[in-house]
Amino acid sequence: MDNTYYNPADLKKFGNISELQPEMGRKFFDYYGEVFKEGALTEREKALIALAVSHAVQCPYCIDAYTSDCLEKGADENQMMEAVHVAAAIKGGAALVHGVQMMNKIKDLTM
Amino acid sequence: MPIPVKSLKAQQHQFANPAFQLEVLQHAGTEEGDFPLFGTKLLEHELYPLRPTGTTILQVNVGKMCNQTCRHCHVDAGPDRKEIMPRATMQLCLDALAKSSQLTTVDLTGGAPEMNPDFRWFVEQLSVMGRQVIVRCNLTIILANPKYHDLPEFFKEHRVQVVSSLPYFSASRTDAQRGDGVFEKSIKALQMLNKVGYGQEGSELELNLVYNPSGAFLPASQKSLEAEFKRRLRSAYDIEFNSLFCITNLPVSRYLDYLIESGNYSSYMEKLVTAFNPVAAANVMCRNTVSVGWDGALYDCDFNQMLELKVQSGAPQHIRDFNLTQLDGRQIVLNQHCYGCTAGAGSSCGGSTV
Repeated sequence: MDNTYYNPADLKKFGNISELQPEMGRKFFDYYGEVFKEGALTEREKALIALAVSHAVQCPYCIDAYTSDCLEKGADENQMMEAVHVAAAIKGGAALVHGVQMMNKIKDLTM
Repeated sequence: MPIPVKSLKAQQHQFANPAFQLEVLQHAGTEEGDFPLFGTKLLEHELYPLRPTGTTILQVNVGKMCNQTCRHCHVDAGPDRKEIMPRATMQLCLDALAKSSQLTTVDLTGGAPEMNPDFRWFVEQLSVMGRQVIVRCNLTIILANPKYHDLPEFFKEHRVQVVSSLPYFSASRTDAQRGDGVFEKSIKALQMLNKVGYGQEGSELELNLVYNPSGAFLPASQKSLEAEFKRRLRSAYDIEFNSLFCITNLPVSRYLDYLIESGNYSSYMEKLVTAFNPVAAANVMCRNTVSVGWDGALYDCDFNQMLELKVQSGAPQHIRDFNLTQLDGRQIVLNQHCYGCTAGAGSSCGGSTV
């Protein structure tokens, strides 16, 4: 895996980011842990949101981690794929809604 | 991955050999090295040597014969397994119970315990003794043959607590673990149990389900998953049950084979080791349970039984020599598979332990 930017083994080294900035690292991981605790949303719902966002930000580490997490939290395959479609719809929609800007510009520039 | 119809034993598979399994468990690790020995881990938390806290449950494995060959089965049970507890050995269990009033619960497991020809006789005797009887029923057995169709009524008559595996509330994931068509039959069997009063609010007839992951991952929080199971089974199939027990799959027999074959062994063991929870370790079921094999041999748990790790030498080795005082003084036999019972919220035949 030396010739790739992403190495699956690096995922479990995530905590090492604290080595170069311990205080910020600690604050981030405390916050991270707090975010994923059961609250107004269940842990399963949060895992599904995280899975969708992982696809939107196209983070392979996050996709690995939250696919496992969704399974562990008891989400089923249909829920997981629907979450990915939500991400895809927002990403696709975000591109398409800019079509309005394009149409405005067309109007400005054409007779 | 298709589910093999034959047991590992019938296939003469290397994982049918407990010594080979132990070899794998003790020597496989990650790139960083072997996993710490389970006993060493307990020692770090002042739990070694691990001893019973007082035995109240006698778990009796009445045989390895089963109508299913589940992908994760630690017993390697199946239709081709002929090891069955004879009535004479059941009588020895009854004798042991008669002289041990602390044993308030008898937990019957298999295989499919109902396939033992003396199963009903044994339950009747236990019922007369006034012990709480648990039957680990795989559900599909109720529909497997007309002679089993009245099992719900039989269980009801003897106030048996029914504990049944249903790894998921969808057919795809259930069938992937337990075999084609198992989900549909399980749903029908659950409806039959509900019909005679099992699992209903206010009923004394207890019906508990067992969730264990259909793959190389750990179970969710029991409370959260129970709520989800109740919601989904009620809305889709009008099924009621009492509690959901979340059980972690232990790397033994067919599940160990699955982990190795799918390339998940190291990462799964790493998950178990990383998730070691000393509170769960203090509450492991081997501290209040003695397990009896089909041939009457005594073990610390059903997993040790399948790995042929008998209770510590010096303690009674067979049900005919049962002595609870001596057994409660024994040191529990440990190995690397024990990490499965101490990960996260813990795991036992009664679900989470934390």
